[in-house]
Amino acid sequence: MSDIFILTKRWPKKDPSIAGYRADGGYRSLEKALSMRPEEIVEQVKASNLRGRGGAGFPTGVKWTFLPKDTRPRYLCVNADESEPGTCKDRYIIEYDPHMLVEGIVIACYALDIHLAYIYIRGEFAKQARALDRALAEARAAGFVGPRVAGRDFAVEIHVTRGAGAYICGEESALMESLEGKKGYPRFKPPFPAIVGLWGKPTIINNVETLSNLPFIVEHGGAAFTAIGMPKSGGTRLFCVSGNVKRPGIYEKPVQYNLKKLIFEDCGGTPSGRPVKAVIPGGSSSPVLRGDEIDVSMEFDALKAAGTMAGSGGVIVMDDSVCMVRALSRIAMFYAEESCGQCTPCRQGTPWMEQLLEKIERGEGTLRDVEIVEQLPGNIMGQTICALGDAAAMPVQSFLKKFRQEFVDHVERRGCPQGDRAWGANRETREALIGGVRQ
Amino acid sequence: MSHHDHAAAERAPQDLAELPGDLVTRFDAGIRDILGRYPPDHREAAMLPALRLAQEIFGWLPPAVQKLAADRIGAPAIRAEEVATFYVMYHTHPVGRHVVEVCTNVSCSLTGGFDIFNHLKKKLGIENGGTTRDGRITLRQVECLGSCATAPAMLVDEEMHERLTVEEVDRILGGLK
Repeated sequence: MSDIFILTKRWPKKDPSIAGYRADGGYRSLEKALSMRPEEIVEQVKASNLRGRGGAGFPTGVKWTFLPKDTRPRYLCVNADESEPGTCKDRYIIEYDPHMLVEGIVIACYALDIHLAYIYIRGEFAKQARALDRALAEARAAGFVGPRVAGRDFAVEIHVTRGAGAYICGEESALMESLEGKKGYPRFKPPFPAIVGLWGKPTIINNVETLSNLPFIVEHGGAAFTAIGMPKSGGTRLFCVSGNVKRPGIYEKPVQYNLKKLIFEDCGGTPSGRPVKAVIPGGSSSPVLRGDEIDVSMEFDALKAAGTMAGSGGVIVMDDSVCMVRALSRIAMFYAEESCGQCTPCRQGTPWMEQLLEKIERGEGTLRDVEIVEQLPGNIMGQTICALGDAAAMPVQSFLKKFRQEFVDHVERRGCPQGDRAWGANRETREALIGGVRQ
Repeated sequence: MSHHDHAAAERAPQDLAELPGDLVTRFDAGIRDILGRYPPDHREAAMLPALRLAQEIFGWLPPAVQKLAADRIGAPAIRAEEVATFYVMYHTHPVGRHVVEVCTNVSCSLTGGFDIFNHLKKKLGIENGGTTRDGRITLRQVECLGSCATAPAMLVDEEMHERLTVEEVDRILGGLK
């Protein structure tokens, strides 16, 4: 059951060009889609129970139905801003099988009567942006993108826009601001992008991995996709495992796969054999789990029930040699750096948390500082325009709750018990498993 | 801002007329293709790629270059400044011939990213954001580069290097002129 490959079946050695993709049956799903009525495709996507792979896990088919019926033009934005620490999956879809994504985009555009799509890719992915440009040029030459897709009376154009270094632009309204040529300030919601989006027009924003599932769903039907996963959460996910494991890498597994099994069976446990102390299950904003809490399904609702979230699929593993104060300080630094500065609780609160945590890690903190760090997340969560405030608050809240004694120890011992080994004792992992191939 | 940067900023070209004509011509040739990707009534959307192109051609984004980008897409100059100062990949101060950017986020530091960044600071004799005296290398600590499973990682002039060791980093640096 765990060896079902939808997204990684051609990774990493098969020819990523359009010739290689078509030789393996690529673009047949698009041909099939074009013979269907657009509403039939939307119905299949709803039936697939595909949930957004960017982090929020919102049902894709339901999101699509929020588009108002009569307003045109509509736009599609493809979110390739992959920036949540611990997440490194969309880049491999683009590197190893970019036409799977292009085919998914064209299918979505046909289903939603959209004729212009933008792929917004983070600026640091220069190589991946070039791969997309190449794939789009091939798709245009083959007639799958352009004025008459596959010879039919359907036109679609797809362009790539590179970001320029801003985590916030992965937030969908900031992404649209950035695409419009502005700084990435998130917008108030409602109205949601499906109603008022890019240039004020109805817009659908879907993640790279989400859209890459569409060729499979069109070919095999929504029910087959649901059958791989669960009744309300279909398909597989790309789990990115990093940190203290023997075989870090990208693992395609059914959405409900067990986290402990992934870490110990697939990734071989810790390189040192030391116990797992902490696991961040869905990118650095997801609340941390203790080593004794990881025998859980990674499905969205299951992890929510476990007090955390599936997020973007970025699993970060830390063994018992890693200092939790050091790890949390670094996470806090990230959110302080990436706060866009628009809302006061986030702009002021994120550096405050960072500074207090650094102070505690240096051994200069007081018990009062620990209490303040505990209180700050509550003054940020729910008080900001976008979810970055929550994303910054959740790790602080959860680390303090689950590892409070380590923070107190730093105060009482006036320093980090691990000193300059705060990042842990095993940094020797040099191999990774991408697409089942050791790199 | 250090004294060195301050002097450079004072020398920074402020107006379009101060920019070398051949470089402006190169920019104008590139901007046409960029504008073709956006609806004609939304030319301002080209701001990010316009600034990227300008940085590639001029090396960094002094006020005159920001004005050039804004002028060609029909936006006020203040919009270019707003964008150039918001995104970390735009250089609003001069940088070295090479920009080395090391990820020190959690996944990278668990596999040695923080060690690599400290090694580079010591070896190059500069702090985060600093440039070597000979103008060869600017060093920056950056956020997650999406290379978590193949950590630690760094960018050298926007090219990604992964699964690094201190020895490998020294080898890469040795190849930079």
